[in-house]
Amino acid sequence: MAEQFAALVIVVPLIASLFVPLIGWWKKELCYPWVVAVLVVPLISSLGVLNTVMTTGKFSYRLGGWAPPWGIEYMLDHLSAFVLVIVSFISLIVAIYAKKSVEDELPEKTVPFYTLFLLLVTGLLGIVITGDVFNLFVFLEISALSCYALIAIGEEGAPIAAFNYIIIGTIGACFYLLGVGYLYIATGSLNMADLANILPDLYHSKVILIAFAFFTVGVAVKAGLFPLHVWLPDAYCTAPSAVSALIAPLMTKVAAYVMIRVMFTVFQPHFSVDIVPVFAILGWLAVFAIFFGGIKALAQTDLKRMLVYIVVAEVGYIVIGVSVANRMGLTGAVLHIMNDAVMMACLFLVVGAIFYKTGTRDIHQLRYLNKKMPFTMAAFTITALSMVGIPPACGFFSKWYLILGSIEAGQWVWAATLLCSSLINAVLFFRVIECAYFKPMEPAYAHDGGTHEEIQRDEAPLTMLVPIVIMAAGVILLGLFSGNIISSVIQFAVPASF
Amino acid sequence: MLEYIISKYNFWIYVILMMIGLYAMMGKRNFVKKLIGMNIFQSAIILFFVSTGVKAGATVPILSGHGHGHGHELIEVAKYINPLPHVLMLTAIVVSIATTGVALAVLILIYRRYNTLEEDEILKIRKDTGV
Repeated sequence: MAEQFAALVIVVPLIASLFVPLIGWWKKELCYPWVVAVLVVPLISSLGVLNTVMTTGKFSYRLGGWAPPWGIEYMLDHLSAFVLVIVSFISLIVAIYAKKSVEDELPEKTVPFYTLFLLLVTGLLGIVITGDVFNLFVFLEISALSCYALIAIGEEGAPIAAFNYIIIGTIGACFYLLGVGYLYIATGSLNMADLANILPDLYHSKVILIAFAFFTVGVAVKAGLFPLHVWLPDAYCTAPSAVSALIAPLMTKVAAYVMIRVMFTVFQPHFSVDIVPVFAILGWLAVFAIFFGGIKALAQTDLKRMLVYIVVAEVGYIVIGVSVANRMGLTGAVLHIMNDAVMMACLFLVVGAIFYKTGTRDIHQLRYLNKKMPFTMAAFTITALSMVGIPPACGFFSKWYLILGSIEAGQWVWAATLLCSSLINAVLFFRVIECAYFKPMEPAYAHDGGTHEEIQRDEAPLTMLVPIVIMAAGVILLGLFSGNIISSVIQFAVPASF
Repeated sequence: MLEYIISKYNFWIYVILMMIGLYAMMGKRNFVKKLIGMNIFQSAIILFFVSTGVKAGATVPILSGHGHGHGHELIEVAKYINPLPHVLMLTAIVVSIATTGVALAVLILIYRRYNTLEEDEILKIRKDTGV
């Protein structure tokens, strides 16, 4: 059983998603428990995989028993097992949360929602686990296609945002596919480990350079890196709350994972660092992403749109960590993939809960929310502090490593950008917290003191509150245990040559 | 120069087709034209992949006679075209059809809402209604 964990991660949600329409046709209410039950399997399996990797080192799983490089191989090392756990954990939490939100926002479409939800999770898990560059393309498209459909069922303007995303996302995926094609022409192999062996002899071939360029641009589109992010804000903002809570933490993070995979596994680090000046370009783009995302976020009054621009900025953090190309920076990047996924999931869950209860996402209408929804707002505040980078919360530690990495690489501007972005985040989140907690009473009420109505507590339903509280607790716990996480997992995920 | 172009004509065709598709996706203001551009773009890549499997003077990659277990005769790889890119493209074609399907469904949603598929008109409608 244990050696099949790697296959179960993919196969169970994929097959289960096909049963959702059947179950929904029979009894609509059963979809939700089915999806939650199914998503427990990838979580347990990926924990099993991580455990195996931590005790016996990396291993590979041959799909259908075909030996690589001909068959499709699942490559399980510290990095992929680590990201697998993140993806499966967050998708389970969001699935638990989705019930009320979906009933409220998409009453007619619960069955298709859950079907696509499982397919999207399958795609994301597949991207992470696979060791075959073409298989990765297929999973990329599985996740993207279900994501397009999930976004399109959102609010006003969602179809247009979804269509723009389809066009740009397809360009990104096609560029990735072209990269695969060029690598195949030059090497005759599609297996990542095999490619890593063959490629070093060909590093000065133009075909390889072009393949690398296509990979970089394609993945940057998928990750929403600065000049290629235009599809992201509208698509993530108009999607239904439960969908945003799934795609905002995971889609861009998984794309960042692909970037690390391509640059440090398929290509050796010394190619990505010495032969092509890609990291100088990516690093500066990331600097622009952080400032652009932060400043655009400052201009928003819609809480969800503000968070979406923060997602754009957060991609910049991870890319800076990759671009400094040293042990500290990459540790920070991998740690930030986890931290940012947890923080973003928590923030989007909170926004969904606020929208569910109050019907608004306008920052100025959040007044008295600390009285109405004390637990939700407490979770929001904890995560906000983490985003700013206050020590016990997890956001501090990844930022710490990113800044150390930038300094070690001598990139002072990048380090300064990371510090500045903390300040921008402080302004952003304290503005929201001030509106919710400290907004002075309206003058009309203040004069004839005591007549203003009592604020009733009106907390989000339990299926929403429990995921939010779990994520907020996660923000603190991951911060406290980040030392253990780094020493037991992440330090092995960073390429040994650093 | 001309010889250079002709000797690599498959690459030239794929690049030209891809640029046409890219232009349509970026330059056209009508959503259906953008979608058609996307299809041209994907087809160009499919053609590129298929053309890479071809070898001069080679035949279809089907081994004739002698089933399994009849010893290990050497197969002259140069005599058969490479089937793998073609198989990959079967998957890519399926992906491209699925993408087109999703995109068309989204276009129906847009048309029902705005009664037009011109980007400019939709932007105007959205501006007028203040959304």
